[in-house]
Amino acid sequence: MYGYHGKILRINLKTQEVKVETLDLDTAKKFIGGRGLGTKFMMDEVDPKVDALSPENKLMVVTGPLTGTATPTGGRYMVVTKSPLTGTIASSNSGGFWGAELKFCGYDMIILEDKSEEPIYLNIVDDKIEFKSAKHLWGKLVGEVTDELQEAHGAKARVMTIGPAGENLSLLAAIMNEKDRAAGRSGVGAVMGSKNLKAIVVKGSNKVGIHDPEALKAVFKDSLKKIRENGVTGEGLPTYGTAVLVNIINENGAYPVNNFQESYDPEADKISGESMKEDYLVRKNPCYRCPIACGRWVEVDGKQMAGPEYETLWAFGSDCGIRDLKEVLLANDWCNELGLDTISAGTTLAAAMELRELDLVKAEEIEGQPLEFGNVNAIVEWTKKMAYREGFGDKLAEGSYRLCDMYGRPDLSMSVKKQELPAYDPRGIQGQGLQYATSNRGGCHVRGYLISPEILGLPEKIDKNALDGKAFWAKAFQDLTASIDSAGLCLFTSFALGADDYAALINAVCGTDHTGDTIFAAGERIWNIEKMFNLESGVAPSEDKLPRRLLEDAIPDGPSKGQVHQLDKLLPEYYELRGWTKGGIPTDERLAELGLK
Amino acid sequence: MIKIEVRLFATFRNGRGKKVFVEMDQPTVEDVLQSINITNEEVAILLVNGQDGHFDQVLIEGDYLSIFPPVGGG
Repeated sequence: MYGYHGKILRINLKTQEVKVETLDLDTAKKFIGGRGLGTKFMMDEVDPKVDALSPENKLMVVTGPLTGTATPTGGRYMVVTKSPLTGTIASSNSGGFWGAELKFCGYDMIILEDKSEEPIYLNIVDDKIEFKSAKHLWGKLVGEVTDELQEAHGAKARVMTIGPAGENLSLLAAIMNEKDRAAGRSGVGAVMGSKNLKAIVVKGSNKVGIHDPEALKAVFKDSLKKIRENGVTGEGLPTYGTAVLVNIINENGAYPVNNFQESYDPEADKISGESMKEDYLVRKNPCYRCPIACGRWVEVDGKQMAGPEYETLWAFGSDCGIRDLKEVLLANDWCNELGLDTISAGTTLAAAMELRELDLVKAEEIEGQPLEFGNVNAIVEWTKKMAYREGFGDKLAEGSYRLCDMYGRPDLSMSVKKQELPAYDPRGIQGQGLQYATSNRGGCHVRGYLISPEILGLPEKIDKNALDGKAFWAKAFQDLTASIDSAGLCLFTSFALGADDYAALINAVCGTDHTGDTIFAAGERIWNIEKMFNLESGVAPSEDKLPRRLLEDAIPDGPSKGQVHQLDKLLPEYYELRGWTKGGIPTDERLAELGLK
Repeated sequence: MIKIEVRLFATFRNGRGKKVFVEMDQPTVEDVLQSINITNEEVAILLVNGQDGHFDQVLIEGDYLSIFPPVGGG
């Protein structure tokens, strides 16, 4: 057995019945693993119309065939479930070390069913599965839970857990591992919380079988060379982390400020990657077998903590009108401790600030720090209240779409399919906007990172304002990303590696005969099955849209002044390239070609 | 003579600071970069007034450059 162990761990949380099932390898290879395989199981086993927070929803924790192998960045896992935030398929990816350790336990995936009557955690050591009471852990922060569980089960045990946000069913709750790595988006932490499952501890001793170790050595060496020689993966990300994007995106005039009311911040440098390196950086904070090491480790007032990503710096920073780097670092740390998605948490605060600015939210509703753009004292306080659903925090915990809808202005939620948009204003980057609108998990940048060609010039520079070719690029990036996510590798490898490289890595590990073309084809299959799940769950094709502001209100100032997003000109070509109907529905013919009918 | 503002980022700041001003007569982007000892090959992202620029672009009064070495994604 190569790449896959061929074993699924099925756990019923209510009856505490445990089954080890055989993974059908043909199915596994068709969907690669991770995101693809998890979605296939969701389609087969869960009614897409299910209430995401009901016991009938399932939580799939899925590794890829390269997870736990000697491939660069091969340590990632996916949480696949139905999202309580978007109603779409959720597949949230995390790095760190937990995914590889799960694979070492001898399983390709865990399927968690039903709901425990009491708070529990799982302790998995190879074929020993223990159900343990988590009453003493319920309510505790992520760091404390991780420390306690490592004390109980050994320092080498790896801990995945939810924080108070997940327990309180915040739709913005993440699942955390190694304290600061997150399966962050789409509210997957709330699904875990709804099952009364606080944590999963893993410690394993099973190696992953490699089909051709000599070939893997050669492919690994080649990939590593490409990663090290690439300016982004070899120098930019290791030196500054993703935070270096603050200035890049701002200088391009596509850096949203005050809930996307503006798109250029003259003071952005105060919260940039350069400033973080200068004033707070202690060291890098790498994931399993990662030669890039973009993770940051910072020190604030004598306390060391994980540093924020670009998205977080922006969400709690300029999008909330804040340029105080220290407060943003603290807000990031609180999100890790509480188990919150930093993008959605920060941008939901920004939406609340605009509602307050318009006096739709009244001052008397806000007990505590005023929720006003630029109030540095507001972000940490309201992040905590959001996680605990305290006072107005109860409304914030529902995410920006539901919050703005409560006040009659859902258009003020900068979201797609109810998931908050990340840190790129698509009015200044047209392809990224098409990608946002069509993303199968709602507002997201990593379903197809068109920033790479449109801004960074990788693999080649294309005009950020042009419309020609953008539908092609969006589809290609979406399909390739689906395969990378499913293989168990980090998306950042794609700055240096191409589809042929991924084919070579997967073939050396699994003994498959992938080519670059079949990697794209597998990704397209995964994209289409995700779309089918969404359609069956009731997310209509008309949800492939952007917030009104981005389509109608021109950017008021900065390098992209005067621009709007031109989605109506891009969407028809995109649907045509996908082989879907003009209304955005996959045709039976296309699904048959992809082996989905 | 015109005065061009050059905004520097990431490792381009080493020894140069965040921003420099260059005074030249009808300079191209390349001329300005050469004057601060930066070669075309070192530049991964080149913006003139926030839009994609070219090394042979002739600059006019009021233009500003933003330049980045190979950096990252997020």
